[in-house]
Amino acid sequence: MNLDMFAMQAFTGLSVFTILTLMALGLAIVFGLMGVINMAHGELMAMGAYTTYFTSQFFSKYLPSLFGIYFLVGIVLAFFVTFAFGWLLERGLIRFLYKRPLDTMLATWGLSLILQQLFRQFISAKEVEVTTVSWLKGAWQASENVSLPLSRIFIIVLAVVTAAAVYAFLYRTRWGLRIRAVTQNRAMAGAAGINTERVDAFTFALGCGLAGIAGSSFTMLASTGPTTGQAYIVDTFIVVVFGGVESLLGTIASAFMIGQMQAWFEYSMSGSMARAGILLLVIVVLYFRPNGLFATKVRRA
Amino acid sequence: MTTSTTPSTSTAPRGANLWGVGSFLLLALLLFVVFPLSMDVFRLGLAAKYLSLAFCAAGIVLVWGYGGILSLGQGVFFGLGSYFMAMFLKLEAAGNADSSSGTALSAFFGSAGLPDFMAWNSVEVLPWWWEPFHHVSFTVLAILIGPPLVAFVLGYVNFRKRVGGVYFSIVTLALAAIMAIMIIGQQGYTGGVNGITDFKTFLGMDLDTERAKFVMYFITAALLLLCVAIGAFILRSRVGRVLVAIRDREDRVRFSGYDPALFKAFIFAVAALFSAIGGAMFTLQVGLASPSLVGIVPSVEMVIYAAVGGRLSLIGAVYGALLVGWAKTFFSENFVEFWPYLIGALFIVVVMFLPTGLAGLVDRLRGGFLRREGR
Amino acid sequence: MPGLILQVDGLTVSFDGFKAVDDLNFYVEQDELRCVIGPNGAGKTTLLDMICGKTKPTSGTIKFKHLRLNEMIEYQITRAGVGRKFQNPSVYEDLTVSENLDISWPKKRNVLGSLFFRPNHAMTEKIESVATQIFLQDQLDIKAGLLSHGQKQWLEIGMLLMQDPELLLLDEPVAGMSAREREQTAELLTGISKGRSTVVIEHDMAFVRMIAHKVTVLHQGKLLAEGSMDQVQSDPRVVETYLGH
Repeated sequence: MNLDMFAMQAFTGLSVFTILTLMALGLAIVFGLMGVINMAHGELMAMGAYTTYFTSQFFSKYLPSLFGIYFLVGIVLAFFVTFAFGWLLERGLIRFLYKRPLDTMLATWGLSLILQQLFRQFISAKEVEVTTVSWLKGAWQASENVSLPLSRIFIIVLAVVTAAAVYAFLYRTRWGLRIRAVTQNRAMAGAAGINTERVDAFTFALGCGLAGIAGSSFTMLASTGPTTGQAYIVDTFIVVVFGGVESLLGTIASAFMIGQMQAWFEYSMSGSMARAGILLLVIVVLYFRPNGLFATKVRRA
Repeated sequence: MTTSTTPSTSTAPRGANLWGVGSFLLLALLLFVVFPLSMDVFRLGLAAKYLSLAFCAAGIVLVWGYGGILSLGQGVFFGLGSYFMAMFLKLEAAGNADSSSGTALSAFFGSAGLPDFMAWNSVEVLPWWWEPFHHVSFTVLAILIGPPLVAFVLGYVNFRKRVGGVYFSIVTLALAAIMAIMIIGQQGYTGGVNGITDFKTFLGMDLDTERAKFVMYFITAALLLLCVAIGAFILRSRVGRVLVAIRDREDRVRFSGYDPALFKAFIFAVAALFSAIGGAMFTLQVGLASPSLVGIVPSVEMVIYAAVGGRLSLIGAVYGALLVGWAKTFFSENFVEFWPYLIGALFIVVVMFLPTGLAGLVDRLRGGFLRREGR
Repeated sequence: MPGLILQVDGLTVSFDGFKAVDDLNFYVEQDELRCVIGPNGAGKTTLLDMICGKTKPTSGTIKFKHLRLNEMIEYQITRAGVGRKFQNPSVYEDLTVSENLDISWPKKRNVLGSLFFRPNHAMTEKIESVATQIFLQDQLDIKAGLLSHGQKQWLEIGMLLMQDPELLLLDEPVAGMSAREREQTAELLTGISKGRSTVVIEHDMAFVRMIAHKVTVLHQGKLLAEGSMDQVQSDPRVVETYLGH
């Protein structure tokens, strides 16, 4: 394999890594910080994607001259739509199931079935395509043989920005401090005057909002249909669980490793075997490190 | 799990035994008398299909209700049982001298005795791991021993390492996904997404006749009741109490001198056995082994049968499977778009408001028959 | 050394650099009732955790009879004859009192044995007698989750009685009990420690005085003082760090 091919491979790996990171960040917040397993996380990504789709429709119909910026608007809108939905979801369902992670899995699975059917019935049973904005079409010719799609570069940048923003938010703002306080020691946080219920709703909604951003950006890579969420959810879970649920950094590292492995597996074997291979690998790793690769030794009380 | 969601139906106090036996007999009456008398062959066949899924539900009661392990991959064991049986039936059909279209095709392609889908996929020689399935004794042994063995080893290895509840559930999910992917991907050897179908006879008995369908139904019902009885025996034994203790406080159980990993692996294997038998009976009746019953979606659906019926009740699980199955058929016939809403809502409602399912409701209505009074 | 049932040598456990127990030597003789006292965070519970296998030591050895407990896992240690009672009452809330006791019967604790286990006369008798000893003979069919805090403590002691261990490890057995309950528990404990070796962690000095043969004082993971209750109570170091003025 020559240098050009290697560069392309590495880029693909990098691209997959950032995609997984974007998907997993939201779940890591919800699962890692709150211990909630939201099986409908994939549908939230789809929701973000559909929001972007509608944004593109709206712009092309009513604001055709501004079509170039629809995408950025779409991402922002996707965040807010899924954030709001997440807030409602937490208040309406999730908060009753906090001490019961297995039950949460089942209930949110049911929700995902409902959402899928809602998409199928009220949007379209068929997949919808979104037109990429002109300034993201095509590729960057890094060298004669190496051509890197602009859309993927955008996603890489978006993932970095989002991850940095999340980190900054959690570790550098008052709200982030509240969130960390509540997730680490609820009773004390409440005693210190923090409105734990509001923080819970916010944290969960934030995780959902991130899913929305992820879904929205993927419209550039693939079409969106009612079952798109399901296709993403297994990968997302694998990344989060593999990395060790309590560590955001672990999630990112895990996304990197899995991204690379996926790119290389797919290079050397068929698509389906690659997926099976990754899943198998994760099972084996979980055996050796039951709490994920990067889990800390000290268990939370 | 806390006491608020898991009432005292864990072991058999003096009075409850009567109730337990009574419900069992009632179920037997329903399955052996009421159904056959009131349904035509077609509906009976549908009931048989739901009953084969009830095996999985019963297993899930054992493993989840009592063992506290949410297995989201029972489809794997159901699938193993189903495919093993299918392989036997397919080889029997392919080997038959009288020409069905399948064998004619194989003969045409120059490979008589080869299942048709293999011929279509240019597989020229029967893979070595198909060979033993020529024999019924091997097939039956494979169904009864293979899946439980896999489950035991997988379970023990993970539980020994204290892989926790959520993580293990995700492992079972991943396994279901892997198996479905592999089956679909290896089309030449497994029939791919279409599955294995087109069987003609079982040990010489023609599978398509009404008589055969009746016989299969009764065998399925009988085996199901046998499994329920075995499950009840296990739960009433000390193993049942240890499982409840493990579910309650696994760490503490070690200090009572038990190895929780062994018990959990055992019950996981029992559930796998039940599911495998269910899978085999399914294939015999429906005439199909398909990856659509192996992956994540069907595996999670099996949990809902148990949840609706009552995760602590083996008999409830059977009713749950029948009810949900019937609802699914009804809605697919009449309001096909409504079904996902219904089953989605079922998941949510049962988890939030009916954690002990219908059986729990019945218990509450019976009012204190099983209840132990406080001071 | 002869007569020693428990021999702890150089035991250390470190959590991320913090030494909860630091190079501790601790010896218990056969049939002794030893009380371990000390301020919070002294390492008392951690010591018990390591003996019964709940926590793995970083270094040092724990010998029980001829067995090296630090190389065994919990259920093996329990089967070897070590019984632990936990700080918070740890009973199986979803099982009845009778079932809690039944499950503690130290026979047939593997799967096959449990599957075909039939209660025999000896066991039923023992359950009745233990239940009487722990004042719960009328509550045999009640779910353990419905018992009061004190009763749960007694049930846990009852479970230990069923297990019939040679070495009893009790962590704050009277915590949260009324004065009357403490008296009853003291009676109970003096009774069950006959013919057994017992290590008790407690904070209630009056209670310790009632039952202890010998007292060990721990502080910051190390041994501070050891001796009879009088000796320890008059030791200036102990007074300064723990007992107060």
